Amino acid sequence: MTIEAGVIVFPGSNCDRDCVRALKGMEGYRVREIWHRETELGGLDLVVLPGGFSYGDYLRPGAIARFSPIVREVTRFAERGGYVLGICNGFQILLEAGLLPGALIRNAGLRFICEPVPLECTNTNTPFTKKVPRNLTLPIAHGQGRYFIDETGRSKLEAEGRIVLRYAGGTNPNGSTNRIAGIVNEKGNVLGMMPHPERACEILIGSSEDGRSFFESLLQAA
Amino acid sequence: MREAPVLQIPKRDTVPSEGTSKTFLQSLGLSEEEIERIRSLLGREPTETEWGIFSVMWSEHCSYKNTKRLLAALPTSGKDVLQGPGENAGVVAVDEEWAVAFKVESHNHPSFVEPYQGAATGVGGILRDIFTMGARPIALLDSLHFGSTENDVHSIRSRRIAEGVVRAIADYGNCVGIPTVAGETHFDRSYSGNPLVNVMAVGVVKRKDVARAVASEPGRKVLYYGNPTGRDGVHGATMASETFEVEDEDKRINVQVGDPFMEKKILEATLELVQAGLLEAVQDMGAAGLTCSSCEMAGRGNTGIRIHLNRIPLRAEGLTPYEIMLSESQERMLAVVKEENWESARRILEKWDLEAVDIGETTGDGWMRVWGNEEPETEVAAIPVRCLTTEAPVYLPRRAGKKSGAEVRPQPALSSEEGNDISGHLLRFLASENVSSRRPIYRQYDTMVGTRTVWKTVGGDAAVLRLDGTEKGLAVTIDSNARFARHDPFRASEYAVIEAARNIAAVGARPLAVTNCLNYGDPGNPERFEEIAAGVEGLGYACARIGTPVTGGNVSLYNETAGAAILPTTVVGMIGIMDDYRRTTSPALSGDDLWLLGTHSPSLAGSEYEHWSRGETSAALPEIDYDFERSLHAFMVEAVSKNLLRSAHDISAGGIFVAAVEMVLKGKRGLVWEKVPEDDDFALVEYLLGEGGAAMLIATAAEKRGTVEALARRWNLLIERVASIEGDRLVFGKQISFSLENLAAAWEGDLEKRIFLLAGKEEAAS
Repeated sequence: MTIEAGVIVFPGSNCDRDCVRALKGMEGYRVREIWHRETELGGLDLVVLPGGFSYGDYLRPGAIARFSPIVREVTRFAERGGYVLGICNGFQILLEAGLLPGALIRNAGLRFICEPVPLECTNTNTPFTKKVPRNLTLPIAHGQGRYFIDETGRSKLEAEGRIVLRYAGGTNPNGSTNRIAGIVNEKGNVLGMMPHPERACEILIGSSEDGRSFFESLLQAA
Repeated sequence: MREAPVLQIPKRDTVPSEGTSKTFLQSLGLSEEEIERIRSLLGREPTETEWGIFSVMWSEHCSYKNTKRLLAALPTSGKDVLQGPGENAGVVAVDEEWAVAFKVESHNHPSFVEPYQGAATGVGGILRDIFTMGARPIALLDSLHFGSTENDVHSIRSRRIAEGVVRAIADYGNCVGIPTVAGETHFDRSYSGNPLVNVMAVGVVKRKDVARAVASEPGRKVLYYGNPTGRDGVHGATMASETFEVEDEDKRINVQVGDPFMEKKILEATLELVQAGLLEAVQDMGAAGLTCSSCEMAGRGNTGIRIHLNRIPLRAEGLTPYEIMLSESQERMLAVVKEENWESARRILEKWDLEAVDIGETTGDGWMRVWGNEEPETEVAAIPVRCLTTEAPVYLPRRAGKKSGAEVRPQPALSSEEGNDISGHLLRFLASENVSSRRPIYRQYDTMVGTRTVWKTVGGDAAVLRLDGTEKGLAVTIDSNARFARHDPFRASEYAVIEAARNIAAVGARPLAVTNCLNYGDPGNPERFEEIAAGVEGLGYACARIGTPVTGGNVSLYNETAGAAILPTTVVGMIGIMDDYRRTTSPALSGDDLWLLGTHSPSLAGSEYEHWSRGETSAALPEIDYDFERSLHAFMVEAVSKNLLRSAHDISAGGIFVAAVEMVLKGKRGLVWEKVPEDDDFALVEYLLGEGGAAMLIATAAEKRGTVEALARRWNLLIERVASIEGDRLVFGKQISFSLENLAAAWEGDLEKRIFLLAGKEEAAS
């Protein structure tokens, strides 16, 4: 089984190459870059919306990218059941595009934070998390990664088991609602997360290799 | 030559058509002699645009007129050097296929006027210097010097500047997607009116793809892309060549505004253009903007250039030729393109939502000719290029002569209060502004984007990045030792080089090459110029002895406000190379034994401790033993490549004590240091906090004892086992014992509060 993966490149994406490198380093993956002006996602199993500052984060993160033709295509791809992984800025785009609920606002500490953080995987019953360990470490790198959702939305996510990642170890580095770091859509085929799994695929580079488990999970699910 | 139209010079007196007004001439920052020389070079009265062009090209920032002769003595060649000084950045080979481009630039004056935009555009400028060489930037480093945050009359302003500068470096670098991997932050009162913001960028390039800024053929098109031109930054290069008066409100108009998203687009587009072989020359419009980039490219290639200002994309209406030529609007690029490559280049730019603008052509006549943007189009400047480049004035200002020996005063004694509570005293020192953890700063920088950074080296001696396509690791560091410069700028520059090289060696890399930024005062003052000259000489001497050529750099003079100059500050950026990035080490303590490698001969005179406890320093540091330094480098390269070490850390500011604290906290391991002088408190404090020794701390596993000792003997280095790695406390002899929690609270707790006035609260987990 091989997963055909595509990494969308917007102007201002800056983790696109890192995602490509990480996926190339995984067995069972074939990966290509998809320029934001393309309108076809032919034959893909997985679409990755990478981190960065698409369109300079003008207006607010993800707000312009959501109007990009490729994002309309990604929406259709998700509706057809394709796997969509939005990392950091990619998560922000998924929220702006309405594929996931809630909002990402400025960190409670008001400043950008880059460092590995302890996380807890709270639902291993999704295609993205089957092989993710319960306790893991992944780097975060964001200034606007404070996940916010109202009480109704939160209890719905909670009840449906759609909160898959939480900040752990008594930390909540950006002040997110209920320490939420990653959520999936109702069907479970769209994951948005602030931590960067692609940075944690080699122990020397990202302080852990826990990022690989997300891609290994998909391979098992596919 | 036709008469130039009357031009409106905003914020300055209107120039009467019958001549050039005195006020206007005075605003240019040129001396009387220079003004006369310009008139005689042209053989007529220059136009306003021409005056503007001369003023920026003859400024210190562009011409290095006061430092050129000093810099000429620096060692600049070596077998690995592919490009020495004189280009946008230096380039050094790392193997048969790959090379590294790197350089440091200052943005001191703009950062004082407007900390956020000043620093942001400093990051943008140095990144462009790297990618115009065809290199993909992979790392940023910064050397920041601010006024003290301790209670003095300027501390609030210094904090505000520090906060703005750090936020800007984070915002700009993070957005462009270049990791900020290392740096230093130093506080001293002398910087309160002149902060230093020196930023270094490092890029990788295939040797065959190295681009240059040499327009060597006539008849080529001149391509402009990036941001349109506005009024921002008019005369920035001249501002960088003047001292500030106390209230320099009207300089505000000079500050440029950065746009990292545009930077990212021109970065990607430029690299695509270079790799496709479409550019014959490329340079960014940085200091002195269009003027400098166009005439430098023509000057290097002995060609001429013709520019039509009515084709320049403008951000505002009504810009005069003078303003267009001098604008320092950011994120603008100038390139030279063959006619037949134009369409391909245009298509690449279009992909990145950039417009390709044809603004003129290269010529064979050696003249810079500028046609104005008013109807009918008239020539507003015609200057032989050499008058702006090679024939710019060169001076050798008067030196005051060396001060008669560094002042050596008796070493300070401990007050009885300090002696009664040495532990408390040490913790307070640990929390002080120049010692405490820099994590609150570097945590704001994306250190990991690009997935090349070896994580454990972040916040250590030097950062290590893997080089794609090879197994090699590139070590990078930026250092200065301005505290020593108060008494001996020569020695301070030497120590900056030595410390940088030790940092490179501490991760197991071989020092390769140096870039530098010379931050000094007014060269017209013989005492200041003495400092400049001695500082450059010390830099050259140390680089020659260590074997690291200087491949480029930057000079920032006139760092004075109301007659008070900064500490003479030589900032050294160094790169080093190692065969296998996976075999590197870090300060995080691990293993069984801690060794002192080398000779530790600590002195409190000149130390950070003396500076902190007495508010001044009393002497410069001892002579450097270069044989030891080279042996140390060789030992470290061999020991790390053979996996003999568990951790390593250079001993610098704060001596053994601070080095040990950093190691135990990063490694979360305790340390019992058996032998310390305990006869009297002073000897103990001197042992722990003294500086100036030639030593490093290394940690090994027990089974490597014999091997490490033998290796040290082979390199003629003293080695002594000084501590056991055990438990969860840091213990020195019988008197001193700290829990790691207490150390962490002191070391990590303070800087956040000191520099970030607006502190948000991280919410506790709910």
